[in-house]
Amino acid sequence: MTLTLILEQTFNGLQAGVTLFLVAAGLTLILGIMDFVFLAHGAQVMIGAYAAAAITQATGNFFIGLGLAIPITFASGYLLELLIIRHLYRRDHMEQVLATFGLILFFNEAIRVGFGPAALYSDLPPALSGFVEILPDTPYPAYRLGVIAVGLMCALAIHLFVSKTRIGAMVRAGANNPEMTAALGINIKILFRLIFATGACLAGVAGMMLGPLTSVQPGMGEPLLILSLVVIIIGGIGSVRGAFIAAIIVGLVDTLGRVFLPSILRLFFEQATADGAGPALASMLVYILMAVVLIFRPTGLFPAKG
Amino acid sequence: MKKLMTICAVTAAMTVAPAMAETVKVGYMTTLSGGAGIIGKQMQNGVELAMEHKGGKLGGMDAEIIYADDQRKPDVAKQLANRLLKSDRVDIMAGVIWSNLLMAIHKPVTRSGTLLISSNAGPSPIAGDQCHENFFSMSWQNDQTPGGMGQYMQDAGIKSVYLMAPNYQAGKDMLAGMKRYYKGDIAGEVYTKLGQSDFQAELSALRAAKPETTMIFQPGGMGINFVKQWKQAGMDKVSKLYTVFSVDGVSLPALKDSALGILGTQTWSPDLDNAINKKFVADYKAKYGGYPSFYAAQAYDTILAIDHAIAKSGSKETAKMRAALAAGNIPTTRGVLNMNTNHFPIQNVYLREVVKDADGVVTTKIINTVFKDHGDAYAVNCKF
Repeated sequence: MTLTLILEQTFNGLQAGVTLFLVAAGLTLILGIMDFVFLAHGAQVMIGAYAAAAITQATGNFFIGLGLAIPITFASGYLLELLIIRHLYRRDHMEQVLATFGLILFFNEAIRVGFGPAALYSDLPPALSGFVEILPDTPYPAYRLGVIAVGLMCALAIHLFVSKTRIGAMVRAGANNPEMTAALGINIKILFRLIFATGACLAGVAGMMLGPLTSVQPGMGEPLLILSLVVIIIGGIGSVRGAFIAAIIVGLVDTLGRVFLPSILRLFFEQATADGAGPALASMLVYILMAVVLIFRPTGLFPAKG
Repeated sequence: MKKLMTICAVTAAMTVAPAMAETVKVGYMTTLSGGAGIIGKQMQNGVELAMEHKGGKLGGMDAEIIYADDQRKPDVAKQLANRLLKSDRVDIMAGVIWSNLLMAIHKPVTRSGTLLISSNAGPSPIAGDQCHENFFSMSWQNDQTPGGMGQYMQDAGIKSVYLMAPNYQAGKDMLAGMKRYYKGDIAGEVYTKLGQSDFQAELSALRAAKPETTMIFQPGGMGINFVKQWKQAGMDKVSKLYTVFSVDGVSLPALKDSALGILGTQTWSPDLDNAINKKFVADYKAKYGGYPSFYAAQAYDTILAIDHAIAKSGSKETAKMRAALAAGNIPTTRGVLNMNTNHFPIQNVYLREVVKDADGVVTTKIINTVFKDHGDAYAVNCKF
């Protein structure tokens, strides 16, 4: 367990964390500001990945794929809100769960009809397929560093947007007290639609970044959805800052736990016991973390509502 | 989603059919929805191609295939099996991708006096002490394929190996099967999360461990993810990769060139040199536009076995078909197969390499026969 390995795993955790943040950022606003339970956020990840992979394949250029996929995911989020979601705001949470669960099935099936059930081919852009030496003798994939950079840039942009702009002030006000915000004459309907579309777009960006790393297939976003719900609960519902910090924590805990827990357990138990319990315990770690946070801070680390 | 998809493979005969013509009904269970839907689709393709080759008849009898989508859920599989047996009154049950689903329906189907023929799953209990005479496998026992890999690595004089598999029963079985034949050093044994999509953390740890070789079992989408990330991380310079059930006709279209040179064991390959396999592969490519996977080949073989059983016995009675299958000599894409005492095939296990064919399409090629006429280790525990 050398220092370079720990550093490399920290980068891995960071990369997982920023990807999670991109998914969780939109979701925390949708849940916190709009008070809307949206389970189909993973579908936005899938739409982003498919759009980028398909356009990349057609044009042969990863960056054109990325450039066109971003407006596509924004538009898909915008249309989804306009056609379906806005009719569900007044319904209770259980009905929202049912309706958005239905949307998951719909999107997965639509992708299957459009692209077939097989995974889509997608690979690294040649420009980013090399390695960067983060330390002597420790090559790290350039693309993954790129993912970290894009994630951090998005986080910074969202932070500036929310804290410095007029619309950002409305978003913060909306998160704090939606009724009062509406009463002050802010067009909350348009605000909701823009938040929703932006959230969809951010999740789409996560999908686009993941496309070259993982298999682009129907239902690929669902595992991320569960983890991003954990992130939102730890960070505090409605708080973008909370989502960022929680996403990094969850990414690091999950990654470092997965790699180091079995070898740590081996110090205390027999090999067979450690090999059996290690992976099981590692996959529980983030949920244990969530439970601990809920015990001491029931509203999360950075609650948005005062 | 729970609806049964009924596709009548019977086309109305233009001539007058004999008045007493019998129809044989086959219930074919596989996973057609969800992330594993591609596997079920390949199996369905294999079944349909076999029916086409047999002119819509099985052993000369009119035939009907009833497809059932198990959704990869054991409880759904059990319900569907019940329905196929009691309301559709099928003569034979076949298909099943997953070991845990096969375990769920094994007892109810075999005890009802209906033949159950697996096109894929081969868990050890039903090959050993829980075996039943009404069950046949047209695939393999789970241990056979990784066992072949272990034998190959042992023969190749490999000194140490790092093992990686998902943390569930089949993952542990596969590694156990490998270790039965490989006696060298185990540099590490890592169990990943089932359905894991990012292996970068495991790859970093592997890079630090620097094992001579690495052997993985990562089926389906996990295999695509693992191999992609392995190549992207430049791991070929660190360790040599060996695989079982991770790189196949299902994942190769998504991996393309990045999978070239990867080694794996399998009981079938598209380049197996026999007349049945050549016709199967050529017609499959023509009809579905791409190489079949071993799933499709085993589904095709399942229908061939049913055809053989009915033609040999001249009947669709369970006891007579069973005797015909147990007698072996079943023509398949893997050549003529004989059955072990536990009704699992005695067959070869090949080492395959990922190569490009003459048209530049990525596929697998046999480079070595590791096991010849190999029977599984559990047959000795099976008493009907």
